Amino acid sequence: MTALTRTLVPGFRIRNSWIVPLLIAGACVFLVIGSVQSSLFAQQTVSGLANGGIYASLAVALVLIYRATEVINFAQGGLATFTTYIAWQLIDWGLTYWLAFAATLAIAFGGGMLVELVAIRPVERRGNILTIVIASIGLLILAEGAVGWIWGAQVKFMPSAFPARVFHVGGVAFSFQDVGTIGVSIASVFVLWLFFRFTKVGLAMRAAAVRPAAARLVGIRVSWMLSLGWGLAATLGAVSGLMAAASPSVLLQPSMMDGILIYAFAAAVLGGLESPAGAVVGGLSIGVLLNLLPTYVDWVAPALLLPVAFIVMLFVLLVKPSGLFGRTRVRKV
Amino acid sequence: MAALLALRDVDARYGPIEALHGITLTVDEGEIVALLGANGAGKTTTLRAISGTVRRSGSLEFAGRSLGRSGPEAVARLGIAHVPEGRGTFAELTVWENLRLGAYIRRGSLDADVARVLEYFPWIEGRRTQQAGTLSGGEQQMLALARAVMQRPRLLLLDEPSLGLAPLVVAEIFRIVKELNSREGTTVLLVEQNARISLASSDRAYVLEVGRVAVDGASVDLAANESIRKSYLGY
Amino acid sequence: MRSSLVARSAVIGAAALAIALAPFILSDYNRSQGADVAVFFIAILGLNIVTGYTGQISIGHGAFMAIGGYTTAILTHDHGWSELSTIPLAALVGFAAGVIVGVPALRFHGTYLALVTFAVALAVPQVAKNYSHFTGGTEGLVLPAHSGLWLYGASWTAAAILFVLAWLILRARTGRAFRAVRDSEVAAASSGVSLAVYKTVAFGVSAAFAGVAGSMYVLVNNFVNPDLFGLTLSLYILIGAVVGGLGSLWGVLVGAAFIQLLPIGLTSSHVLSSQSVPVIFGAIVILVMALVPRGAADLLRAIVSFHVRRSSNAPSP
Repeated sequence: MTALTRTLVPGFRIRNSWIVPLLIAGACVFLVIGSVQSSLFAQQTVSGLANGGIYASLAVALVLIYRATEVINFAQGGLATFTTYIAWQLIDWGLTYWLAFAATLAIAFGGGMLVELVAIRPVERRGNILTIVIASIGLLILAEGAVGWIWGAQVKFMPSAFPARVFHVGGVAFSFQDVGTIGVSIASVFVLWLFFRFTKVGLAMRAAAVRPAAARLVGIRVSWMLSLGWGLAATLGAVSGLMAAASPSVLLQPSMMDGILIYAFAAAVLGGLESPAGAVVGGLSIGVLLNLLPTYVDWVAPALLLPVAFIVMLFVLLVKPSGLFGRTRVRKV
Repeated sequence: MAALLALRDVDARYGPIEALHGITLTVDEGEIVALLGANGAGKTTTLRAISGTVRRSGSLEFAGRSLGRSGPEAVARLGIAHVPEGRGTFAELTVWENLRLGAYIRRGSLDADVARVLEYFPWIEGRRTQQAGTLSGGEQQMLALARAVMQRPRLLLLDEPSLGLAPLVVAEIFRIVKELNSREGTTVLLVEQNARISLASSDRAYVLEVGRVAVDGASVDLAANESIRKSYLGY
Repeated sequence: MRSSLVARSAVIGAAALAIALAPFILSDYNRSQGADVAVFFIAILGLNIVTGYTGQISIGHGAFMAIGGYTTAILTHDHGWSELSTIPLAALVGFAAGVIVGVPALRFHGTYLALVTFAVALAVPQVAKNYSHFTGGTEGLVLPAHSGLWLYGASWTAAAILFVLAWLILRARTGRAFRAVRDSEVAAASSGVSLAVYKTVAFGVSAAFAGVAGSMYVLVNNFVNPDLFGLTLSLYILIGAVVGGLGSLWGVLVGAAFIQLLPIGLTSSHVLSSQSVPVIFGAIVILVMALVPRGAADLLRAIVSFHVRRSSNAPSP
């Protein structure tokens, strides 16, 4: 199956890598010029980036798991919802916001590893990728169902992470909420990058993801690395969920991450399903796009944002399935 | 003196196909032993059986311990480094990262090991940040070897090191293998199709045929025996 | 072999009889629940054709149901058609939609296709929400109500017709071609099966089935709105197909019953609250994937063939 997919990819070798940075640079220039010209544009760009941060962290979570196993974890959003509710519960019990945030991340990490061990590994043994995908769908239903069962389906109120004030730059008002969200999302992905780049375990995880058989030969316990990957993915998902819940336009309810999951899918596909950097760029791009479009194009109503994201995803998959940052690569075992 | 590695009646299969039928061989500490034979004779499978990459039955003992059902991760920790067919280099990672991974199971400072590696492969110094996949075939093979050196193994399993490489490069690699053996005392079990250079570089050799040991003996003797060379080794 | 065929026919016959006789002993409300089972039966039948037989995974069949359902609703509500006469058109529209999806789907494999169909499942209701002058938007359209008996009869008649149709399609050359496509695309292509045509047709037929299911679904609920066709619907159809056994026709009944009746059974006997249902479903799906990936049908098949071998004295073939 993988071989077939790869043959459909038009060869985009490393030599042609100037196209993508050029595109990104061009987009940045466009955004800066627009922001300078119009304060509405600037505000929408920044809040688009904030949404994009939410999509990006979930997208990186998806990429982490996909890179190692070629499995798309359909439950990533559902698990994020569950951890966000845990945070709500901790706050309800009296913890301060950031303490609950930290605790939730830790719980998400452990929970993610546990989920891989209990739900995914027994299915992995049977081998088929499709069975694992279907199991992840079962996990999605279980996670969102558990939220409804434990906490009920009524909408809940989540206190905001950031002060509800605005600050002014050059006469334009920006919210702490937006900037804070961008900051937290970028920071968490950055910390993850540091982990992968500079630690021994991070290196081992990367090795296990690209060449599991060779990794075993140097003594890496590949199945542990897989669990770790799920743990880290769940942690990123928790960040995404927490930032989403803090956003005024998202209500805390069991289905809250469904739409965001689609945006994250689109982001991951746009960036290239095996590239975390691509997921970040993809997430931010989609966030900005989906904020600017309804502002400046009349017929794009809020309800159409999902279909637009779908069309973006479809377009990328048809034209350049390996995404902006993907490489045509033969996977050896 | 007990052998470092002892295989007795080892079978291995790929699904329904049985690849090894009762392999029996020994490797003493400090030796270089060659495994020869035609394509499909079971040479690679024997190495895989040792490193636990393939399911096997029979008795496999390393340094007095049974390898039992140990998988590759455990076998690496016991002190066996397996450089597989196709080198097992992490092509997507840098040269330096490959080396670090070689020493994964070891703790503490790697400085001494890096120094040793650079003695054998001085060209690595300037290429640390280069992506391993962009190295030439010979360089990748040497990187694979360097990675194994980082592991400080007691036993080195080398699978087809000469595959696809020019004769000069092959000669260099075998020279380094012999130096590793004589200077570090690393025991080597070497699988090769190129019988001539293997016999010249090894102490003893086993010739496999259809999953069994057909002939064995001192490499010098095998190389001198014309009928064995003609019937089993093709030259 | 023959005795297992007899056994299988006996089981199907018994099930058909039970379905035919059930309305006489059920209350009217229960009959409309029985109609719901038929709706899922038809939808799962459709999904089986594309996922179980040609191996193209679709998590978006709720979208096809939406298309069929809205066709029926709009024609009935705005243009005065009689409900049952809209069904063939719903099937046709569904087929067209399936082909439209099936063509780009040729480029995607496995998880990518799952991804795309998942997104379709979420996107289509949003489109329905947006073009409200056409579809009634979030408020939806109200349709004439019918008695439980009418709904039961209509939906199971449709189900029976479609079951026979599916059986005919799949047993013939087309069915073997479908299976060849699922098991090995390379082999199928090299043996002269036109991959693209078969895969696209499979998608179309599958979506047509879902369209009919959507029509009946809308009639059973006697109204339509985008929330009827949420993500959960598509997921439950997939679960029903998977638990029943992909690639098996008679597993479809097991799957449909599982999805509809298990929650009812659990909640009415007060064993568990209705909110626990998704949790149980999710857990069961994971268990099934871990233990019996080929679903209940495989389990049943194993049990039946075991008994068949035991009762016959001749050695098994």
